Amino acid sequence: MMLAALDSMDWPGLARVATVLALGGGYNTSLVMIGVAVLGFASGIVGTFAVLRKRAMMSDTLSHATLPGIGLAFLAAVALGVEGRSLPVLLAGAGLAGIAGVGAVHVMSRHTRLPEDAAMGAVLSVFFGLGFVLLSYIQTLGTGAEGGIAKFIYGQTAAMSEADAIVIAIVASLVVASVVLLFKEFRLLCFDPDFATAQGWPVGRIDLALMGLVVIVTVIGLQAVGLILVIAMIVIPAAAARFWTEKLARMTIVAGLFGAGSGYVGAALSALMPRFPAGGVIVLVAGAVFLFSLVFAPRRGVLSGFVRHALLSLDIETQHVLRRAYEAGEAARAPGSVAEAVRAVEIDSLSITRSWSPPRRAVVLLSLAARGFVSRRGGEVRLTSDGLDEARRVTRNHRLWEAFLISHADLTPSHVHRSADLVEHVLDPDLVSRLEDELRRGGKLPLTNEPMASAHPC
Amino acid sequence: MILPDHPAAPRTPIASRPEHSAQSPMSVHSLTVAYGSKPVLWDVEYETPASSLVAIVGPNGAGKSTLLKAVLGLIPVAAGGAVFWGKPLADVRRRVGYVPQRGSVDWDFPVSALEVVTMGRYGMLGWLRPVTRRHVEAARAALDQVGMADFADRQISQLSGGQQQRVFLARALAQEADLYFMDEPFAGVDAATEAAIVDVLRTLRTAGRTVVVVHHDLSTVEDYFDHVMLLNGRIIAAGPIAETFNARNLQRTYGGRLTLLDAVSQALSDVAGQK
Amino acid sequence: MKLSTFLQLDLPAMLAALFATLACALIGNFLVLRRQSLMGDAVSHAVLPGIVIAFLIWGSRATWPVFIGAAAAALTAVVLIELVRRYGRLDAGTAMAVVFSIMFAAGVVMMEQAAARNIDLDAECVLYGQLEDIIWLAPTTLASLLDPAVWEELPREVWTLFGAFVFTSVVVTLFWKELKLASFDPALASALGFPAGRIDLALMFVVGIVAVAAFEAVGSILVIAMFICPAASARLLTDRLSTQVAISLVLAAISAIAGYLLAAFGPMWFGHEHSLAASGMIAVVSGVILAVSVVAAPRYGLLARRFRPEAASAGTAAAVRE
Repeated sequence: MMLAALDSMDWPGLARVATVLALGGGYNTSLVMIGVAVLGFASGIVGTFAVLRKRAMMSDTLSHATLPGIGLAFLAAVALGVEGRSLPVLLAGAGLAGIAGVGAVHVMSRHTRLPEDAAMGAVLSVFFGLGFVLLSYIQTLGTGAEGGIAKFIYGQTAAMSEADAIVIAIVASLVVASVVLLFKEFRLLCFDPDFATAQGWPVGRIDLALMGLVVIVTVIGLQAVGLILVIAMIVIPAAAARFWTEKLARMTIVAGLFGAGSGYVGAALSALMPRFPAGGVIVLVAGAVFLFSLVFAPRRGVLSGFVRHALLSLDIETQHVLRRAYEAGEAARAPGSVAEAVRAVEIDSLSITRSWSPPRRAVVLLSLAARGFVSRRGGEVRLTSDGLDEARRVTRNHRLWEAFLISHADLTPSHVHRSADLVEHVLDPDLVSRLEDELRRGGKLPLTNEPMASAHPC
Repeated sequence: MILPDHPAAPRTPIASRPEHSAQSPMSVHSLTVAYGSKPVLWDVEYETPASSLVAIVGPNGAGKSTLLKAVLGLIPVAAGGAVFWGKPLADVRRRVGYVPQRGSVDWDFPVSALEVVTMGRYGMLGWLRPVTRRHVEAARAALDQVGMADFADRQISQLSGGQQQRVFLARALAQEADLYFMDEPFAGVDAATEAAIVDVLRTLRTAGRTVVVVHHDLSTVEDYFDHVMLLNGRIIAAGPIAETFNARNLQRTYGGRLTLLDAVSQALSDVAGQK
Repeated sequence: MKLSTFLQLDLPAMLAALFATLACALIGNFLVLRRQSLMGDAVSHAVLPGIVIAFLIWGSRATWPVFIGAAAAALTAVVLIELVRRYGRLDAGTAMAVVFSIMFAAGVVMMEQAAARNIDLDAECVLYGQLEDIIWLAPTTLASLLDPAVWEELPREVWTLFGAFVFTSVVVTLFWKELKLASFDPALASALGFPAGRIDLALMFVVGIVAVAAFEAVGSILVIAMFICPAASARLLTDRLSTQVAISLVLAAISAIAGYLLAAFGPMWFGHEHSLAASGMIAVVSGVILAVSVVAAPRYGLLARRFRPEAASAGTAAAVRE
């Protein structure tokens, strides 16, 4: 049924899409696209810090809280005989109400036992409820203004005038400039507020400055995407940008670009397809960027994480095989050296390889063969001489770690990947040689027949 | 080297600071801290000797970290307070450095080790002024001093626990303070880090700085420090190691919990054996 | 005003509001204690696409399709938030904001398609509900309320909300011990064999059902307000969970009745003929009650706290002197 609805639409041709994207879709469309792109840039940049400060839902609270401000500003303007629908008046009211909402959350979460999330939920719903009551009152006045005010809830991008676009562009540029100036302070605030306090920075005031910028972005975004979805413009580009970099400055710029791109493309699409409201489409474009980042980002993405995990798991499995082969050789007590016994071990008959499913076994053996550690000799898979060296190294490393963990169980260095990190890289040399002595006394130190240094090139 | 012979511009060299020799870096006066209506520190009176390494020791819940946070103004005090070189903290913030306990920050935050250390310079920069090359170089030198120069560009979650601790130490060094507070810097670190921290402590003392460290390992107190404060809700004893760190005072500090703490009994027998 | 008008228009709306607020407040106690208040917010925004899809598929406002669509969307939202939080390594608030705003945007976009196909559905009713549209023609006099046949004609919305309240009461009564434990100490709950994760999911399920049932009549904003405000007010007034739940129910009932009456009749007292939005007014009343509790609660209010530090330090001084 949905599909039927979509089928019955007039889809724009590629040429038309290209024209609109290249700002050839008429003056108004281009104006809206540029206005929303500038807005998206500013909201992405401010959003970076809102997200890193874990203030995403606070921004949501704030944007819902603007509604009663809009209603009151309208009523106040009408009472004073000013044109109630004038944008600056309504936005001023929205900003004041947003600040009042933040203040209320602050008082409740700092000075009572209520958790911050309850305070935010309460402010969000009560302020919005009050806004709705005011709207229903304005409706009864019969001024015909209610439509003009209701557009703030869901946004009405197409109604953006040239003057509006200019106001948005100026305010957004001021917001971006403020973030550039306060970059250092915001970084400190978001990363380590305790340290900032200890250094004498007024953390509360920096926090307030950040929330103030969020209020400003929210207010200029109300008209474009509406007060429920403006949160998306602040949070989504920043959350998406986080996947692509470990540098704050870069993340800020990427977030700004994602925001600008989503706004630009979203506004264009909505202009091309009249039945798709701009606010929703812009957020969906941003959402697509987020989804792509979540899945495909090179380091932090889900896919790369999955691949890394698979490789790590393969690495550990191959090390297990090598160590088990070495141990089997030791245990065999065949005539001749341990080395010969180890090389005689049939990899396929080890209990560890037999416990795996056939595909898993195939992958691990393939990886061992590819690195030249095993080869097929006489119909059986056995270690090569490189494989023997590697097996010795792995076993020695494993046993040193075991010995270390037994003797120093209270002090396990964090972040140590036991099988991948060589003992020598983590522990100091004295300790390693003591551990080696311990192993040697128990007859458990591999490599008795060759110098140790050659087995683990560092 | 991060501790310059001639400290950077607006600050006067140590020797010529009249208050430095005349007054204790920190004097605590009848400091009382309460969580809710439950007091955790009562009437703490203390004068930090200049150019010294001071250990604060005491059982869990004795209020060691609380003492640091209270004098630094991070938590409200019920009564009393501290002055630094005879002045309120607000006047001398820049001269007081702090290394908090590890784990208080978001390790996944997009910053590199060097950027964390550079934050130590923010205090002398002040509002709105951007970080300049000079400050980045100072931060790099501080990283080098703790043996972490090779890790400058690593995102901090990719460092080991000990390495993270060293980065935070470097941040304090980059601040070029005269008085440092460190909250359990040795907790859970590897041997290399422990050695690096001790090295830094000694360099700081040689340069005339004072360091106050919350410490949990009684067996190293005598090796690492020259003054000790034994704390358990109130000050049990405080003074030079030789006079203060003895079996009787430890017994009074740790009290009935003694049997539970192997480390303490070990330290006690060590101390007793030396007598 | 005539009594029959009150019975036919105001009474059913008031009953609907009352049952909705009671059901929300009851389960809201655990949301507040488990620090999941904002999940209520996120879930009630995220149900929009489910509702719209149900409309588009069935082409009507039939109860069950809407209910199923909304419940499916709620469940999807909860799962997606957890996935984004875990695999995206983002904090819970960011994950919530990302997921619910995208879902809400999808709902808004689809709603336009529905509108194009002349399906009567507008965004406003999702946010604010249609409390004023609930009409009960059967009763004409007070005496007629004693007639069972009259009650059989009680509007569907009221029955649905009554059912939601009964359902929530039964769940909370049956799982009182588990909910209490999981709210207080999730780790202990898991250790004792009540996995906190599963209790959380079950809690979210009940929240979803209540939200969906309450939505059509009272709108999502009032649902969020009722999840949080009465429970948060009660939290400031007592330290006992059972007392807290009882107080929250009383406050919810007061909000519903006072809010409705204020919206319906308040303007008349000022010589205005039109009524105001009832669901918004109920939220406002619950917010006023919360504000009063925040300022004036006997032990935990701002005023009490202002004067307590002195008492505390006096106690300290006494302790030190000993």
